[in-house]
Amino acid sequence: MSLTSPHASPGVTATIPSRRRLRWWPRQRPGWAVIVAAVCLALIVIVAILAPWLAPHDPLEMSPANRLKPPGEAYWLGSDAYGRDLLSRVLYGARVSLIVGIGSALISVVIGLPLGILAGFFRGLDTLIMRVMDGLMAIPSVLLAIAIVSLISANLWTVMAAITIPEIPRVVRLVRSVVLSAREEPYVEAAVSLGSNLFTVMWRHLMPNTLAPLIVMSTYICASAILTEAILSFLGAGIGTETPTWGNIMAEGRTYFLIKPSLIFWPGIMLSICILSINLLGDAARDRLDPRLQKRGATQ
Amino acid sequence: MFSYCLRRTLAAVPVMVVVALFVFLLLRLSPGDPAAIIAGDMATPEQLDRIRETLGLNQPIYLQFFNWGGELLRGDFGTSLMSNLPVTQLMAQRLEPTVSLALLSIVLSVVVAVPMGVIAAWKHGSLIDNVVMSVSVLGFSVPVFVIGYILIKIFAIDLGWLPVQGFKRVSEDGFGPFIRHAILPSLMLSTIYIALIARMTRASMLDVLGEDFVRTAHAKGASEKRVLFKHALRNAGVPILEVIGTGFALMITGVVVTESVFNIPGLGRLTVDAILARDYPVIQGLILVTSGVYVLINLAIDLSYALLDPRIRYQ
Amino acid sequence: MSDDVIQFGPAPAPVLDIRGLQVATQSSPAKPILKGIDFAIAPGETLCLVGESGSGKSVTSLAVMGLLPKGSLKATGGRIELEGDSLLDVSPTRLRDLRASRMAMIFQEPMTALNPLMRVGEQIEEVLVMHQRGLSAKQRCDRVLEMLDQVQLPDIERVYASWPHQLSGGQRQRIMIAMALILEPKLLIADEPTTALDVTTQKQILKLIKQLQERHGTSVLFITHDMGVVADIADRVCVMRHGEVVETQPIDALLRRPTTDYTRQLLTAVPSLRPRASREVTDREIVLEAIELEKRYGQASRWARLAGKASAQTLAASDINFALTRGRTLGIVGESGSGKSTVARCVMRMIEPTGGGVRVMGKDIASLGRAALKPHRKRIQMVFQDPFRSLNPRLTIGTSLIEGPVNYGTSHEEALARAAELLELVGLPKDALGRYPHQFSGGQRQRIAIARALAMEPDVLVADEAVSALDVSVQAQVLGLLDDIQRRLGVAVLFITHDLSVAAQICDEVMVMQKGVVVEYGPASRVLGAPEHPYTRSLMLAAPGRHWDFSEFRPLDRVFEETPTSNSTTTVYP
Repeated sequence: MSLTSPHASPGVTATIPSRRRLRWWPRQRPGWAVIVAAVCLALIVIVAILAPWLAPHDPLEMSPANRLKPPGEAYWLGSDAYGRDLLSRVLYGARVSLIVGIGSALISVVIGLPLGILAGFFRGLDTLIMRVMDGLMAIPSVLLAIAIVSLISANLWTVMAAITIPEIPRVVRLVRSVVLSAREEPYVEAAVSLGSNLFTVMWRHLMPNTLAPLIVMSTYICASAILTEAILSFLGAGIGTETPTWGNIMAEGRTYFLIKPSLIFWPGIMLSICILSINLLGDAARDRLDPRLQKRGATQ
Repeated sequence: MFSYCLRRTLAAVPVMVVVALFVFLLLRLSPGDPAAIIAGDMATPEQLDRIRETLGLNQPIYLQFFNWGGELLRGDFGTSLMSNLPVTQLMAQRLEPTVSLALLSIVLSVVVAVPMGVIAAWKHGSLIDNVVMSVSVLGFSVPVFVIGYILIKIFAIDLGWLPVQGFKRVSEDGFGPFIRHAILPSLMLSTIYIALIARMTRASMLDVLGEDFVRTAHAKGASEKRVLFKHALRNAGVPILEVIGTGFALMITGVVVTESVFNIPGLGRLTVDAILARDYPVIQGLILVTSGVYVLINLAIDLSYALLDPRIRYQ
Repeated sequence: MSDDVIQFGPAPAPVLDIRGLQVATQSSPAKPILKGIDFAIAPGETLCLVGESGSGKSVTSLAVMGLLPKGSLKATGGRIELEGDSLLDVSPTRLRDLRASRMAMIFQEPMTALNPLMRVGEQIEEVLVMHQRGLSAKQRCDRVLEMLDQVQLPDIERVYASWPHQLSGGQRQRIMIAMALILEPKLLIADEPTTALDVTTQKQILKLIKQLQERHGTSVLFITHDMGVVADIADRVCVMRHGEVVETQPIDALLRRPTTDYTRQLLTAVPSLRPRASREVTDREIVLEAIELEKRYGQASRWARLAGKASAQTLAASDINFALTRGRTLGIVGESGSGKSTVARCVMRMIEPTGGGVRVMGKDIASLGRAALKPHRKRIQMVFQDPFRSLNPRLTIGTSLIEGPVNYGTSHEEALARAAELLELVGLPKDALGRYPHQFSGGQRQRIAIARALAMEPDVLVADEAVSALDVSVQAQVLGLLDDIQRRLGVAVLFITHDLSVAAQICDEVMVMQKGVVVEYGPASRVLGAPEHPYTRSLMLAAPGRHWDFSEFRPLDRVFEETPTSNSTTTVYP
């Protein structure tokens, strides 16, 4: 029982660990929502990889005779304003979303982690790094992405960069706060007095503390990057329509919303399911790895 | 308290300088000739010269920054390439719809989300809690424009209760027409904000409900209602306010999309028009203004902590 | 201290009567926490519930108040009767009415027990608002002020309007007591109410509880792990272990004639204030020396200067001089804020001293740079207070133990072999090398931390409150281990503690600090046997259980007492 005083709690019989090691496989059976989310996400990943084999048509093949067809034998979900097969376009659209989501999460962590550790560890650098990050945080991410894309023509890489840059401050802040509290831990002080050099202290004793929150954070970044990509495409600042994305399919469908709402709903549903699955998995990871993250997770 | 407020206010200055510097460097450091980027592929040499002239691109870079910064401070955000009007004037024309919509949405979100979060935390682990959390995750995950189109489909097209698109200003058309046109957009704009605030309220309340002083309140014989509202909610207030502030960034994204979906002539619509026309001065002005508003809102929230928390007040 | 209550005629009905109380976790399978406990408290009596961590004493108190954490603990059997009300059966509304009016509780942590956003006066007044509807605002206010006066707070009007953060820990605990007793409940439950306080404050709070108890005729259920406190305040004692009552006896009988092995074992482990016999000085080599060591905090900030304020510097420690010779133990004793930990951290160079010198083996390390410091770092090693945070949870014990030696060029294999030896030295099996910290108890982890420090073959071991977080029996074992190691390896120990009895058990010399300065420094037998400085004397007088030699089951034959007439130190024989 940990209800007694901290002064009296750690007795010889107390075997309750104060801090569990990371457990990669859940001990309890995860809830059904998490299982459904995992299955959905797995399906989307498979669809993205196998799109060339699964798609019944070439997603770019126009057919002026078959404009805005209702769902039928040839076009399972109907066709768009250029006579392209909606189903094929939606299947291909998964590719961009996943690449942008995973890419942004990875890049922002790769850049943010070292910056955050440095900021948390060195006071001088802290002020500098955090001022820049505060400034970046103040710029609304979609507007920043729009600015970047409007300066440099939009392709997969510029869009990904534009989405990733505004995410970096969040990673830096998270890592910094974890490092700031971890460096007060006696075991970090012990490492210093054992003569360990700064790199060892940072890498072996501080960095591992950031992993659990980072895993959770990167799922949220992944979801929000997919969302931002869709918004950029939707606003016409994203990847050109020669590469189908869920966002630009919807953008093109806007004009025909009153006659053919499915042009917006199908990609919208896929997009929602994808983001929802990632968020649910992120929540599950958070509950599993670090329940204290509830607040940070919410500030996405 | 005075020193706290002063420190907070002064801390906002470097943030704005960083924002300005970033926006400035973005154009100058992007690959290629900034003038050509702005003018597009079809520009004639004369057009390029004119752009270089207006942006002062022929001067050394630090001078450019100081000149540009000086103009900003005087309220000169440059001239739109598309319409040749001053950017400030363009923004001023579009201000009212956006501000009225944003205010309506913020009020709506707080009124809906805070009670949701409080109840979820109180009935932690119950059905209500699960419903609130599910709604909140959905709010995060379904893209705003999808929500917007669903709302339009149901309430405007199928039921025909509300207009599909368009906007009426309070100042010109009165409150009735305004609200008829603003209900769907502000619902759309609120969803993500509601999700965010409800989630944070719940997490923060759960934290506070585990605190010692809550146990003290129970030991005094306080009723659940009293513990929840008199003791817990105020203590949970700081993180909730904080998320309202940081969530404002999401609100801006939402405004751009919402105004585009509902065809509302506000700042968001201006942004979309500027993207399509590659009107960089306008985009730049919009970024500076929204960042400034973001910083001001968060400053206001920081200062309000002083009212909320005596530990800050008596610093 | 009171003698056995001798009762004539029928015993009065108990205020609180607990019969066969069972509490279990609500997990599946349910784990029993309380396995059927019985005790009763008579009117006006003080019953101490004593036990080590995990004994279930706090759970008992929460069960009485109906405050068991929802969803994790639940009373599964037995009865709790408070003056005829069966607390496990009454409605939630009735239970709420009983709280504060018939039974009240004060908690361990005064710093967090008050709502930070409410004035303390209002928080006390809230009790009246909720339970005595008829009172006017004026009457309520008067009643609160009267109560603040009763708990002996100064300047009560100002205190009434204060926020919790403006008050000290002791003052906040007084507020809690005022809040608990304002409706004159029959039962006061005090859950470790003084554990987080300094000894002098503890003494005042205990005295206050006693006075108010006598005045209002309150029964007190006092939960503590500290036998000293028990000896000072209890009428009867109930010893708990693993969710069961081991023994219930009047205090004097328990201390003199414990009937169970467990109680005897518990009492034997309690350190007494009698200083250890002085040891012969075998080696005069000075291994650690502090010369006019000083640490200031808060450099005059630019803001402060701009605002025209005086530089807000605090002297955490100033003019600290001491010398520690090989194989000896120097204790630094003081209350919180005395600067004792600051000195330890300066000596370790974990913080930079702002003046003076620290000599390790004759070499001044106070101003060495990072690189120049490295060869000297290994000479002086530290054992921390919190055993749960002093080992990296993600590294095996082996990895933690060899980190230091490997940094200084020892090969992996050699270091591992040495680590295995060290584990045996501190009394742990060799196979612990491959395990992780969470697989060990607090006491075991502290042994590992000691082994880690010893792996560096240091000349000085700095132990910063190294046994304060441990249960008393574990504490005795770790103290024994330190003593044993010192004898075998000849390492010098700088022992930082707030606990005079612990210092008395292990130190050769003692240095008493108050507010950053040394007030008394000398051999332990002299400083703790015949203290000269008034502050040391006040600490001695405040030490709980100072009359008892627990391990010998009898009162101490020589007790330091302040005589009202003279300034000189006297030892009186009771």
